Amino acid sequence: MAMMKNITIGQYIPGESIVHRLDPRTKILTTFLFIALLFLVDSFIGYGLSALLLLLMVVLSQIPVKYVLRGIRPLMFIIILTLCLHFFMTDGRVIFQIWFLKLTHEGLIRGLMMVSRLILLIIGSSLLTLTTSPILLTDGIESLLKPFKVIGVPAHELAMMMTIALRFIPTLVEETEKIMKAQMARGADFESGNIFQRAKSLIPILIPLFVSAFRRADELAIAMEARGYRGGEGRTRFRVLKFTYQDALTLVLVTTFVILVGIFF
Amino acid sequence: MAEALIKFVDVSFSYSSDSEHGLEALTGINLEIDDGEFVAVLGHNGSGKSTLAKHINALLVPTSGTVFVAGIDTQDADRLWEIRQNVGMVFQNPDNQLVATTVEEDVAFGPENIGIPTPEIHRRVDEALKVVGMSEFRLHSPHQLSGGQKQRVAIAGMIAMRPRCIVLDEPTAMLDPVGRREVMQTVIKLNREEKITIVLITHAMEEAILADRVIVMEEGRIVLTGTPREVFSQVETLTRLRLDVPEITSLANRLRQRGFDRIPNNILTIEEMVNVICQLE
Repeated sequence: MAMMKNITIGQYIPGESIVHRLDPRTKILTTFLFIALLFLVDSFIGYGLSALLLLLMVVLSQIPVKYVLRGIRPLMFIIILTLCLHFFMTDGRVIFQIWFLKLTHEGLIRGLMMVSRLILLIIGSSLLTLTTSPILLTDGIESLLKPFKVIGVPAHELAMMMTIALRFIPTLVEETEKIMKAQMARGADFESGNIFQRAKSLIPILIPLFVSAFRRADELAIAMEARGYRGGEGRTRFRVLKFTYQDALTLVLVTTFVILVGIFF
Repeated sequence: MAEALIKFVDVSFSYSSDSEHGLEALTGINLEIDDGEFVAVLGHNGSGKSTLAKHINALLVPTSGTVFVAGIDTQDADRLWEIRQNVGMVFQNPDNQLVATTVEEDVAFGPENIGIPTPEIHRRVDEALKVVGMSEFRLHSPHQLSGGQKQRVAIAGMIAMRPRCIVLDEPTAMLDPVGRREVMQTVIKLNREEKITIVLITHAMEEAILADRVIVMEEGRIVLTGTPREVFSQVETLTRLRLDVPEITSLANRLRQRGFDRIPNNILTIEEMVNVICQLE
């Protein structure tokens, strides 16, 4: 079984472009604005303008286009399914008919619009993760959630959980490999049989993995406490996010764009 | 003379509050550790040495008796964080004590917790990484490091909190020989150059030799204490406690038993042995 040796979490591509250097909060907010835009527009011109905005961002980010498009591949099936469902399941003016499948004029338009929306959505959000390291993303989310603390959103705790998850994914992957090898050395077989048999053969991996994960959690909790951790209260930060005039400018421009395009198209 | 940095007064501790079943993990411990001392605590598994360690930074508080750290009673919940800042703790498993996704951020974790201002955190992280010799790895993620390097990062995380004392609970038990050497060199450097008090929990004799003072524990009690030379000369007692003596000490002892009684029983290093043997006729 091929395991990722050099596992990279997320798909961050380091860079020095203007998009990379933006404050993560700006990028998260921009992404949300862009997603909102996609649900506001309802015409090909609207989608075209959204795509233009996205294209501008991609060009500014200096990320190779193939990485940007890579995000679509795993969702190809859903895209094609959406396309087919809309093409053939919408009532309206029939363009042509094969057996019971009727392609309608309305279906064609609906389908193409839905797929444009889907593709722009995927590319837009992967641009965020392509240009923002998981650490900064976590910091950004924590900072954006902070105002919601008053209604009980545990902003710091969520961010801490994300950090710990990011920290331990490679460790647990390594451990899974080790356990698999140990079980294989005892004659375990993970590769033959039908899907149920294979799923069942994963139990001897999952149980030791869980047991050890709980032990790790326990030890980590003690270590954190020994290092003076007591939640987010009174905590200072090693890395401080800086909101610059570039961030302000980006937000103003994108918001204006979204409002104008959203209303008129 | 000033008050000892760490002081155990009649400390007993049992993990279960039900004293009928709860075997005492510590029984009547009296101990003083001075500022700047390097103390090794030796003992078999289950001798209570880790329990002792956890009392020093108030992860555990005594069932009876009192522990004072820098004059503060560890049961004083209001001053708990002051104690934790004074006493850093490094654990056995290098993986399970690093929290952040990069080395520099992990080192910053402690100072962040105690509310140090950001520019000062940066200064401390730089300095701490320099002390343990990990500056060039500051942007690495923990899983890219060897076990010894991870332990050094963990130690740097302690140094960045500017503690007066660092307690290391079998820090080398899960490391290969290279990693062990790295960690021990760092520990010695901390003690000699940074004047940090070290409490090293171990069962490796070669490590205990490096200390100023060795404490041997058995069944929750302190059974032997003294300089490494004094302790390791008591080969019979140590053997009875199922502890090894350093190989060279054991060799000296066996030679004595074969009639070479001019060889002293407290040899700790190979050089000493060579010197003694060369002086024999």
